Amino acid sequence: MSVIGFVLNGRPVVATTSPARRLAAVLRDEFGLTGTKIGCDAGDCGACTVLLDGAPVCACLTALGQVEGRAVATVEGLAEPGTGGLAPLQRAFLRHGAAQCGICTPGMLMAAAALLARTPHPDEAAIADALGGVLCRCTGYRAIIAAVADAAATLPDEPPSGAAVGARVARRDGVEKVTGRERFGADALPAGPFLTVRAIRSPHSHARFTIGDLAPLFAAHPALARVLTAADVPGSLHYGIYATGKDQPVLAEGRVRHRGEPVCALVGPAEALAAIAEAELPITWEILPPVGFDGASAAEPLHAHAPENILCRGRVRAGEPDAAPPAGAVRAAIAIETSFVEHAYIEPEAGYARRVGDRIEIVACTQTPYMDRDAIAAILGITPEQVRIVPTAVGGGFGGKLDLSIQPLIAIAAWLTGRPVRMVYSRPESMGSTTKRHPARIRAEAVAGADGRLFSVRFHGDFNTGAYASWGPTVASRVPVHATGPYAAPNVLCTSAAIHTTDPPAGAFRGFGVPQAAIAHEALMDMLADRLGLDPLEFRLRNALRPGSRTPTGQVLGAGAALAACLEALRPRWRAWRDEAEVFNAARRDPERRGVGIGCMWYGIGNTSLSNPSAMAIGLARTGRVVLFSGAVDIGQGSNTVLAQIAADALGAPLAMIDLVTGDTDRTLDAGKTSASRQTFVSGNAALRAARALRAEILRRANAGPAARIAFLPGALQVSDAGRTTTLALGALPADADGMVLRGEGEFDPPTTPLDQDGQGIPYASFAFAAQIAEVAVDTALGTVTVRRIAAAHEVGRAINPTLVEGQIHGGIAQGLGLALMEEYVPGRTENLHDYLIPTIGDVPPIEVMLIEQADPLGPFGAKGVGEPALVATAPAILNAIAAATGARITRVPATPERVLAAIRAAKDRGRA
Amino acid sequence: MDAWLRPTSLADALAALAAAPRVILAGGTDLYPSHVTTPLPGPILDISALPGLRRIETHADHWRIPCLATWSDIAGADLPPVFDGLRAAARQVGGVQVQNAGTVIGNLCNASPAADGVPNLLALEATIELASRAGTRHLPLEDFVLGNRRTARRPDELAVALRIPRPPGPARGVFEKLGARRYLVISITMVAAVAEYDAAGAVRRARIAVGACGPRAVRLPGLEAALEGRRPEPALVTTAHLAPLTPIDDVRASAGYRLVATAELLRRALAALGTPSARAA
Repeated sequence: MSVIGFVLNGRPVVATTSPARRLAAVLRDEFGLTGTKIGCDAGDCGACTVLLDGAPVCACLTALGQVEGRAVATVEGLAEPGTGGLAPLQRAFLRHGAAQCGICTPGMLMAAAALLARTPHPDEAAIADALGGVLCRCTGYRAIIAAVADAAATLPDEPPSGAAVGARVARRDGVEKVTGRERFGADALPAGPFLTVRAIRSPHSHARFTIGDLAPLFAAHPALARVLTAADVPGSLHYGIYATGKDQPVLAEGRVRHRGEPVCALVGPAEALAAIAEAELPITWEILPPVGFDGASAAEPLHAHAPENILCRGRVRAGEPDAAPPAGAVRAAIAIETSFVEHAYIEPEAGYARRVGDRIEIVACTQTPYMDRDAIAAILGITPEQVRIVPTAVGGGFGGKLDLSIQPLIAIAAWLTGRPVRMVYSRPESMGSTTKRHPARIRAEAVAGADGRLFSVRFHGDFNTGAYASWGPTVASRVPVHATGPYAAPNVLCTSAAIHTTDPPAGAFRGFGVPQAAIAHEALMDMLADRLGLDPLEFRLRNALRPGSRTPTGQVLGAGAALAACLEALRPRWRAWRDEAEVFNAARRDPERRGVGIGCMWYGIGNTSLSNPSAMAIGLARTGRVVLFSGAVDIGQGSNTVLAQIAADALGAPLAMIDLVTGDTDRTLDAGKTSASRQTFVSGNAALRAARALRAEILRRANAGPAARIAFLPGALQVSDAGRTTTLALGALPADADGMVLRGEGEFDPPTTPLDQDGQGIPYASFAFAAQIAEVAVDTALGTVTVRRIAAAHEVGRAINPTLVEGQIHGGIAQGLGLALMEEYVPGRTENLHDYLIPTIGDVPPIEVMLIEQADPLGPFGAKGVGEPALVATAPAILNAIAAATGARITRVPATPERVLAAIRAAKDRGRA
Repeated sequence: MDAWLRPTSLADALAALAAAPRVILAGGTDLYPSHVTTPLPGPILDISALPGLRRIETHADHWRIPCLATWSDIAGADLPPVFDGLRAAARQVGGVQVQNAGTVIGNLCNASPAADGVPNLLALEATIELASRAGTRHLPLEDFVLGNRRTARRPDELAVALRIPRPPGPARGVFEKLGARRYLVISITMVAAVAEYDAAGAVRRARIAVGACGPRAVRLPGLEAALEGRRPEPALVTTAHLAPLTPIDDVRASAGYRLVATAELLRRALAALGTPSARAA
């Protein structure tokens, strides 16, 4: 313990603690400055960047003792007093949509502030160099670069009444994100003292174990409150996403099926737990042979309900897939493999639970509060009404926070001890124990006639779903529906299988297997075009699904199926870029080769043939302000803003009048999960209907017609209709429990039908379409690939907020680029952010976004989802560009330099043969 | 014994190390990342308050890089082209945050096989000054970095400074690093080279070192010899020159790819050293 004085945001302060503590922890725990985020504690992510005597450093690598007498600046000190609480740089971040989830934003702001202090007008290279030490998983960095280059920006104007939809308004929760005030999972603390949980996890992928006498452990560590084991789970030990897939134990029961599976959990004060070495745990292991993706079907089943380790299968069959091809037809076939991909959100899972009488309250980051509520109720053996889930801000989700992580252990510990209990995953724990994108092994072939039209597609994908079911069934059912790509093919057989292994559970990750499938179908499209001597874009255009097209599931597409418009929008760029690459390659003798590739995709919005309703409520307070009660969790994608924009225009209120209550299961209706690109489409419709219901109630009370205008005044409404104005005073009206005097509710469930044994039916009410082109430079001597530029045409129905839509597309492209080129999770080997690589600010090229707005008949104001569609087309476009540049077809992603070089050499050998 | 010491004189620091071994903390950019889920080892000797050990010194026949000089200090220092390779490395070690805190000598003492500093300082023929109560000794870097996370530093010693001899004539350094992304990337392989030129632009002496291809970075004496008296050009690189390398397969690449890529990086390094601007340096 030492007394260490330093200057913090301009004020002298003293910390009395160990000088070896990380500055990041001290800022957060001793000074309450939680704007400094901890993403890795290893200097890999830069989220904790602060300025030390004006120079950026990682506060997680800085010993408190080393700041003695020095000046520390954090995001909380960024805005000069008297500037309205925002520095110009912070306003620029809001204007450009540079903050999505916001978890990296403080680090980005501090790194940028140091740059701007030195270089007021930096170019892009200087910005990238300065910000290269901070990782962002949401934005794709381009908006951040734009914001730093435009640091004198002003905030966007608030739209007038009736003009919210389509306006580039700043995100509603943006000020919190750029000031460090936003509360993420690790920022929310229970009032008063609390205990901590530390999970003890399996170092083995497959083993039996026994836990011996714990008495010596308690004797050596008197502050240790409890050691939870499977026997302590009050209700159901197992949980899972599907009613038929509740196979994952909260704590393993004598057998572990993946590395990182929790076998017991220590509960006590954080310092006491930190002092316990793993070796002190009396656990005896009997190691069993691992079950890998190869040979899983021959291995002993990991679950009794999954013979041959097959969790489930999916199938779509249309026409005569075995029919003989017409004369002159060409055929292409490919086999591809993909790797585990880690969500790598910068916020590790965190939160706390507390018992309140016979209820449990969980404050944690999550994408799905209502599913959490029901799952925790089952685990504790109580009713869902006894569980309250209060989501914090989510520092990135991408599907990874759809599964339970910390919630069961903190809930059980708080339930049993009666004390608040907190848990914050370390980076290795987050990466080592949570779900991943399914590795896929795909074989596909396609036949096209001499007329350039697809004749048949056959596809089979095996997906490594890991130790437990999680979202494996979703992948297995979604993939066959999408596996042809967005093209009309009369004869189709697409199948899938989700296969259990002793790898980490593969779950939900932006696209649910469709990004993997797209790599296969887009390779086939290029190969067929090549064999037919057709331009790859024109070949796709000829086969594009259009309004009136019948999909392989027999669904007839309605208006809004606008892939053709996407391709036509890209055509000028496609031609120009290809010409430029050709000129470049012809002129150069060095190893750099350039190429342009295209990828197309379609994506069904919402759950596959399953009900996934959303319900929203909107109320009018006596003050005249409007409150949207939204159970939709904004994980950075912007639903807080988009839903408010929809509600504002549906109600006829200025956006500025709308306040938001979000995601608290005690206060909001069930909006379903933030997943499947569904919140804008599904919850947007619910918000629209709720707002219309409230509007109808207001108009009814004013006896006004549907075209009436409503003015929202303090304590009153003025309703004007056909020259007649009625004033509704709100002060005297009775208020409900939420303080609302008028209320509207709305619900929407996308109309779908079940799929039959051949996958025939209507799996989705709406599909999104997109096409992207990428130009790459391949170093043919080293195998390195640099993406030089991307153009992305996305058919979004209606862009409720174009800045947010572009942000989703940029971020999806960055993740698609990572999938294509660098991301490969290897259990036990890459459980950190320096061995597991995600794109940095220098890896994402300039992106041109083209928004195609052809209103979807079912969408709110015509809108549909974009979250997952943003990612799907990118990897295929990049891989096709590598093929265009080098003649080498990459069949295993990521396309690491080694794999690219090997493919180039193999292509050369084939050329010689 | 105090778990944390932050002496303000070298004598006090050496006295502490003479009394008992301690974990030495400078910039913290290796120590903290290796203890994400476990407590820091102790006791700690924080050397960051030692006076006079930050500024890079230029002398008539050598340069001195003291133990508190950071990567950013290297990047910003007024140093001649013989340091171009080290300066390039300084801008690629971690992000700016790590470059501002991490020290060059800490990078050597951490002795990671993938340390970007080691091949560059081998090519600069650096010697390291180790101080203790028993006296000071100077070791060539080859004799200091012994293997993966192993150095010749005795527990009672502090690595105080690097000494880099001034070449007699024009000289230039280059650094070629291969990673799978633009920033924050651990090298798959890397090549550092320094050439001293004669008046005609031919190589008088060359030092070429490769990192991440064995337990420690090593020089390639065969290639160095092949360059002497010649203008640097890529065609001089042969497979036999790679014989000192012992790469392994790991998550970043296979051993075989590392050799292929290293040969290419060597060719590029020689091409860079062979450009007219390089020879004029």
